[in-house]
Amino acid sequence: MLEGTPLKITFELAAVTTVLLFFVSIPLAFWLSSSRSKVKPIIETLVSMPLVLPPTVLGFYFLLAFSPSNSFGQWLDEWLGIQLIFSFPGLVIASMVYSLPFMVHPIQSGLASLPTSIKEASYLMGKSRYTTLYKILLPNIKSSLLTGIVLSFAHTVGEFGVVLMIGGNIPGETRVASIAIYDQVEALNYGAANFYSMVLFAITFSILLLVYLVNGGYLKKFWR
Amino acid sequence: MITAELKKKLWSAQGGMELDLQFELGTGESLTLYGDSGAGKTSTLRMLAGLLPPDSGRIVVHGETWYDADKNIDLPPQKRDIGFVFQDYALFPNLTARQNLAFGLRRGEAEDFLEELIEISGLGELQHKKPGQLSGGQQQRVALARALIRKPKLLLLDEPMSALDHQMRNQLQDFLLDAQNRYRFTVILVSHDLGEVIKLSDRVAVLESGLICKEGSPAEVFMQHKISGKFQFSGRILHIQQEEVVWIITLLIATNVVKVVVSENESRELQVGDQVVVASKAFNPILNKV
Repeated sequence: MLEGTPLKITFELAAVTTVLLFFVSIPLAFWLSSSRSKVKPIIETLVSMPLVLPPTVLGFYFLLAFSPSNSFGQWLDEWLGIQLIFSFPGLVIASMVYSLPFMVHPIQSGLASLPTSIKEASYLMGKSRYTTLYKILLPNIKSSLLTGIVLSFAHTVGEFGVVLMIGGNIPGETRVASIAIYDQVEALNYGAANFYSMVLFAITFSILLLVYLVNGGYLKKFWR
Repeated sequence: MITAELKKKLWSAQGGMELDLQFELGTGESLTLYGDSGAGKTSTLRMLAGLLPPDSGRIVVHGETWYDADKNIDLPPQKRDIGFVFQDYALFPNLTARQNLAFGLRRGEAEDFLEELIEISGLGELQHKKPGQLSGGQQQRVALARALIRKPKLLLLDEPMSALDHQMRNQLQDFLLDAQNRYRFTVILVSHDLGEVIKLSDRVAVLESGLICKEGSPAEVFMQHKISGKFQFSGRILHIQQEEVVWIITLLIATNVVKVVVSENESRELQVGDQVVVASKAFNPILNKV
């Protein structure tokens, strides 16, 4: 049985996650690139943890935290009417945490690579941190922003463990392509597995290729 | 009137150093901070600008307290009325020259002054280019004009002309003098170049490991040997060479290389890289039109 829904869910999840993550990561990356606070190493470590931790660990703790039998899960359910386990919003939150380093790291290193004097010059021209960030700093790290957006998107597309743990493989709701592939292989449906795999392969390849072309300046002649 | 008392423990390659400065500066005056690298010149400018917090002290500019450790006052850079020209110019790469200047305008402010600055800094034809498309000297002019856009009371310049060739320096120094005549701001300049110091500043403070070791007019500070001659130039030693019984010193004066003969005794005090004054008296310079 071949259907497009898992692919649709995969790309919906990746798109929503990337957009939300973008707006969360900019202030976080700005703070990390300019702060001299003592808690900074701890925050940096936490941001990088999803890089090394097995996704199942993250998924397991999300499962515990969001579970309605737990006080936090109960509070969410009672007060906000949100159930995060085995639902799309839960997947989004888990994916955001899981892909956080892929968005924060490029933006943070982009900001750190700008000379401090640019920021200081803007402050001395009477501009606030906010104005400086949005008018001066971000426009000068466009390639880092693009890298962050694309890596987060591609990484969310390729997610498996977290999604399986917290999403629970509900068809039409939380069954993403990576899990559908696993399902189809288990059912010895190699044709369907191959279809999903080929689509994921082709799309992620094209996205990454586009980033390298843009950041490497290969496409400049087309728009200049 | 600007009064500053600044104390700060600084760390440099040579180890710790206590910066301890006091100076006063009249409105419209220009002061040069002169000294070896690591003497605390740039740190002093950064403290005045609010980019580096002093450990203790006071900064009062035209009756307004910018910093007072005892009263816990520390205005952020945004609230200090300062124009700052950075050593690396710090132009915004994403904005054109004109937009770089316009960024400093207050909300709803008319663009008359912007036009005037573009005019007097000779940026008319270059105003729509981005910094990456400008030469070093052009970027420098943009940086200087940009520092003036908010009509600051105090202009701070951190070795702004060190990367430029001689002719370019001259043009910029003239632009700076012209602007200072028009807008009457006070200038504090960090410079290594004697010619520049003498041309641009009313007063010089020589810094040595965080302390002012000499202060006065450029003539008092650099020409303290009290030579009565009227014919004198400052320059830097490029080369010292013994020839028979005399020593030949090769000097760089502005862009000219000049040789001067000294005795062995005199040569002992001199080293390559020293700043020196060459003076002569009791002779008639001959002037020929070329």
